[in-house]
Amino acid sequence: MTQGLSLTGIGKAFGGTRVLSGVSLEVPPGEFVALVGPSGCGKTTLMRIVAGIEAPDAGAVRIGGRDVTQAHPGARDVAMVFQSYALYPHLTVAQNIAVPLLMRRLGFWGRLFPGGEARRQIAADVARIAEPLGLSGLLDRRPGQLSGGQRQRVALARAVVRDPAVFLLDEPLSNLDAALRVATRREIVDIHRRTGAATLYVTHDQTEALTMADRVAVMRAGELLQIGTPTEVYEKPADIRVASFIGSPRINLLPAHVAEDGVVRVMGIDTELRSAARGPATLGVRPENLRLGGPWSGAARHLEYLGDTALLHARLGETDVVLRVEPGQRATPDEPLALGIGRALLFGADGRRIAAHHPAHA
Amino acid sequence: MAGALPRITPPMRRGEHLAGWLLTLPAAIAFIALLLVPTLAAITLAFTDYELGLSPTWIGLENFWELWGDRGFRQSFRNTVLYVAIVAPASVLGGLGLALLIESAARGRMLFRAVFFLPVVSLTVAMASAWQYLLHPTIGPVNAALRALGIAGPAWLSSSDTVLLSLAFIGVWESVGFNMVLFMAGLTAIPRELREAAAVDGARTAWDRFRLVTWPLLGPTTLFVVTISLIRSVRVFDTVAVLTRGGPNKASETLLYTMYTEGFTFLRLGYSAAITLIFLVIVLGLMLLQTRVLDRRVHYG
Repeated sequence: MTQGLSLTGIGKAFGGTRVLSGVSLEVPPGEFVALVGPSGCGKTTLMRIVAGIEAPDAGAVRIGGRDVTQAHPGARDVAMVFQSYALYPHLTVAQNIAVPLLMRRLGFWGRLFPGGEARRQIAADVARIAEPLGLSGLLDRRPGQLSGGQRQRVALARAVVRDPAVFLLDEPLSNLDAALRVATRREIVDIHRRTGAATLYVTHDQTEALTMADRVAVMRAGELLQIGTPTEVYEKPADIRVASFIGSPRINLLPAHVAEDGVVRVMGIDTELRSAARGPATLGVRPENLRLGGPWSGAARHLEYLGDTALLHARLGETDVVLRVEPGQRATPDEPLALGIGRALLFGADGRRIAAHHPAHA
Repeated sequence: MAGALPRITPPMRRGEHLAGWLLTLPAAIAFIALLLVPTLAAITLAFTDYELGLSPTWIGLENFWELWGDRGFRQSFRNTVLYVAIVAPASVLGGLGLALLIESAARGRMLFRAVFFLPVVSLTVAMASAWQYLLHPTIGPVNAALRALGIAGPAWLSSSDTVLLSLAFIGVWESVGFNMVLFMAGLTAIPRELREAAAVDGARTAWDRFRLVTWPLLGPTTLFVVTISLIRSVRVFDTVAVLTRGGPNKASETLLYTMYTEGFTFLRLGYSAAITLIFLVIVLGLMLLQTRVLDRRVHYG
């Protein structure tokens, strides 16, 4: 029996629109899985199904080996951080964090009247959780008196205070400014480590997904395209959709052809790549694997200076490409360029990645 | 330092002042002519023995001493308090209950909302005759239904035991729809994510979610509805005037109806103005209670 979170064949439609089709996913305890995809790909719906806020049309949700598909959100042992934080505006920080404990540990009458041993225990637990998050001095404030980053930490504290089996985060960083976002990334990973929960993190930001997650699940149009470590989804994408979603700037896609001798040709020129497949294909080249100097001739368009590196936008045949170059590089528009293709990925006509190898590197 | 800063030049400032006064003038005139002067006139009249056609003389607090000893007025005051004590809580709780029920209904929301809102937009005077028929002791459907159950129904509007209750029931019927619409507006303003968060946090029953999210977040709405309901029910007049004329034997006299009969039937305008002043003090007191005391407790900054 698997512990943690297990989803099998989850399907969901709103009205006539299919939002999720047959999504299966396993998140063992202690693992951090980022669910990434463009907006509208169904990732938030999937998370809401895990939380129990939405019911799936098909499939099963298991938490800690128990089928909870039909269970109430409060009976699932999940905690969730909402995109808007969803803090209770009329309660203080301490009261907000205490809510999940209050609801679970106290009965109807206990909740009505203050005092008692259970209440003291809850106050102690709240203080213990608030301390490492830097909320100790804010416990008597109301959410309206806090900054965005502080509210976010209160939402995190409320979610982890009762050691949930599954920890859900729905775009928790999207309302923070850029500097705070980077700092909070680290903090969320730390919290995840401390709790040891199966964590599902929804984001549309691939940088967040790649930097934080143990495994990244790439979704598109209600389908789970690939799940793998950040390195796997970046270096060995299952298909062209994953390849073009993961990586910034986007991967360059060039029309290619695999000749009878197995040599992959782009614009009629041989690359170093060999494949067992034959016929028309698409070559995916990351910006850092496209270099200046080589047999292909293109034309410069413009240069983006980024400080530690620069991005050269160029034209290669009919395609616009981007290559990562030294920051000192100069280029004038329409200047002719010689380009070389390094490591590359090969995709078949159906979009799946085809095995290909570099004899030179082998 | 501040003295070194360039000041706004006086002519420009004076022009701005003048424009400001000119722009507020229409509203100020309307306020003074339509609200302030009549109110002050009524307050002044309350301290005179003015009767229509006679010249008023200043009698100080004599009207109020007379009211204090006036059994009719005391009865009317008691009736009003009792009426408010029934109608305000019942229409607030009823409005909240209806709003929650309709909000949770899967279908037919529009229909139910329209049905319960109908009394608010219908003319009370016209609806009063419908009530007169419904509550008629012999031919009314209410007593006919009671008879079918073997109960002898009372003379709802003509017995001093039941008349105030009957009027209160009509009062609730009249304002519950209005409160319902206000509560529904308040409910839609509660973020959906909060209720979802409450569910994930373990609020399993509808009551838990109500206590944790709905009720506290409805605070500002509830405060407004309570105030409006209190003031509306203190103001009860048209059902009394149409259905009972304060009878039988003053059992359904209310403040405004007493004021009306004193002023327009007996033409004792000074005495009537004294009742108006008491009414005004009650309404202002309620509004003060709202803004000063309760308002601070229900808004979360």
